[in-house]
Amino acid sequence: MKALELKGVSFTYPNGFKALGKLDFSIAPGEKVAVIGENGAGKTTMAKLTNGLLRPGAGQVLVNSEDTAGKTVAAISRHVGYVFQNPDDQICNQTIYKEITYTLRYNKSCAPEEIDRRVKEALALAGMAGMEEVNPYDLSFSHRKFVTICSVLLQEPEVVLLDEPTAGQDLACMRRLENILDHLQKKGTAVLTITHDMEFVVRNFQRVVVMAHGGIISDGTPREIFWNLDVLREAALHQPYISALARRIGLPGKVLTAEEFAAALRGSGRTL
Amino acid sequence: MACIELKQVSYRYPTSKTANLKEVNLTVESGEFIAVIGRNEAGKTTLCNVIRGFAPHFYQGKLSGSVHVNGKDVLRTEIGDLSWDVGYVFQNPFNQNSGVKATVYEEISYGLENLGIPRREIFDRVDEVINLLGIAYLADKHPMKLSGGQCQRVALASIIVMEPAILLIDEPTSQLDPKGTEDVFKIIDMLKKKGKTTILVEHKIDRVAEYADRVILMDEGRIVRDGPAAQILSDPALLEYGVTLPQTALLGLRLREEGLPLERIPITIDQAAVSIGALRKEGGGI
Repeated sequence: MKALELKGVSFTYPNGFKALGKLDFSIAPGEKVAVIGENGAGKTTMAKLTNGLLRPGAGQVLVNSEDTAGKTVAAISRHVGYVFQNPDDQICNQTIYKEITYTLRYNKSCAPEEIDRRVKEALALAGMAGMEEVNPYDLSFSHRKFVTICSVLLQEPEVVLLDEPTAGQDLACMRRLENILDHLQKKGTAVLTITHDMEFVVRNFQRVVVMAHGGIISDGTPREIFWNLDVLREAALHQPYISALARRIGLPGKVLTAEEFAAALRGSGRTL
Repeated sequence: MACIELKQVSYRYPTSKTANLKEVNLTVESGEFIAVIGRNEAGKTTLCNVIRGFAPHFYQGKLSGSVHVNGKDVLRTEIGDLSWDVGYVFQNPFNQNSGVKATVYEEISYGLENLGIPRREIFDRVDEVINLLGIAYLADKHPMKLSGGQCQRVALASIIVMEPAILLIDEPTSQLDPKGTEDVFKIIDMLKKKGKTTILVEHKIDRVAEYADRVILMDEGRIVRDGPAAQILSDPALLEYGVTLPQTALLGLRLREEGLPLERIPITIDQAAVSIGALRKEGGGI
C-alpha cells in the first residue's frame, strides 16, 4: 500500500506559470524520501498539492489510497502534516503548548492525557522539554521551526512533509532533526523532505527524488543520483563535497562518505 | 584602517536574563571579509545588532564598553545616520520586506528614496543591482509573492543598492539552492574586491571555508576564536562549540587518524585535491 500517491498530476498557477507537468510519485509507509532541485523546480508546489493547499489541474492525489479531490484541507491535514518553509507563516498562538496542541484541541479527537503525553514526547525530541509556556516569538528562527515540526508530530499523521527543515540549523539542531526523522520512520510514517543540503541527504536518506522544470527527472539511491552528473547538471545541483573530491583526484568507486573515501584510498594502493 | 572597533562590549536585551554579549573585543579592518560562526544563540546576530546600533538604540537594554563604526561613536549616533555606513541583511528575508511597496523594483528603491537620493540616480543604481543579482525578471512582481530564494535575493539587493561601506549579512543563503548560494557568495566576493567590508553570519561552513579571510567563532556571547579561516576551520575543537567542520577538514582529520601523513588539514576541495592527490602520487604507481 502507498501512504501517498500522485498520479499524472499537473498544476498551473493562475498567472499562467506551469509549475508541474504530469507528475507521478508515490511513497510507502515508513519510507523516507529526500526531494532536491533548484529554487523554482516545483518542490514546494508538489508539497502543497499533497495536503490540499493547492489542487491539481489534472491527475489525482491519493492519501492512503483515497482520492483527496473534494476533501477539505482540514480533512487532508489529519493524514498529511506539512511543515512550512517559513515557520512564521504557520505560528499563531501565544505559547508553545497552545500552538502545538491547536489542531488536537480543535478537533477534540484526542483525550487530554494523550495530548499531554504527545506534547512531552514531541518537545523532548525537539530539544525543548519544559518549554510549554514559552511564547514561540521569543525564540530563534531555528527553534520556531522546531515548534512547527512539533505541531505536526502531535497530530501523528501518516505522511509528513518537511519543507527545507535544514535551513539555518546548527549542528545540535541538525542532530535533533535527524533523530526526529528516525523517530518518524520507526513509527511507520512516510516522510518527504525538501532540502538543499546534499550532505544531509547522504547521511539520512536511501531514496532521493530530483526535480527540475516542474517534473521528476530522477528517482534513486543517493549513490545513483550523486554520481549521475548529467542529472545533477540538468537540476543545477552539485555532488556532495566528498564525492566531488573523490572524482577530482580519480578515486575508484562511487564514493559518498569520508569512510568510503578512506577505504577507496587504501584500496587504491596507498599503504596507510 | 579599522572601520569597526568594539572594546569590552557587554550587552543584554531587556527581555533576557543573562548577558547576550560578554566582554567582546573586535577590530575589523576596511575591506575584510569576516565570517561569524557559532551555534544558535551564541550571540552572532546580537553582534550585528550592536554594530548597526540597533542594540541598544532600538532594542533598548544595557550596553557597556565602546563601539565605533567608521570613526562614529555608535552609542551617540542615531540609527538613521549609521544606515549610510552599515547595511544589514536580515536573517529571515520575509521580515525585511517593507510591506509598503507593490513591486520588487520599488521595494529595492525604497531605501534610496528614504535617503533622498535623486530619482535618476535611483533608477541607475537599482537597474545595476537587479542585473548584478540576476533578478531583473522579478522587477514587476509583488514583493509578497516571491519564493524563499527570490525573497532572499531581493533582500540582499535592497541593501547592496544603498552601497554602504560595511555590510552585515545574516545567513543570506538559508533559503537558497546550491547554485543560488554559490551566486550570493560570488556577489559578496565581488563586493570585497570593490573594497567593501563584509561581516557574514553563516552556517554553511564549506562555503565559508572557500571565501572568508577571517573567521570568528562565538559561544555564549563571547568571541572564543578569531583568526585566519584555514586555522580556525581545521580545528576539531569547533565541534565542541556545536559547529561542524568543512567536509574536507573532517575527511582530512580522519585520514590523518588512519596514519596518512597529511601536513595540513584541508578546508576546501581545492586544498584537499592538492594535499591528498600529492600523497597518492608519492604512494607510487597508483
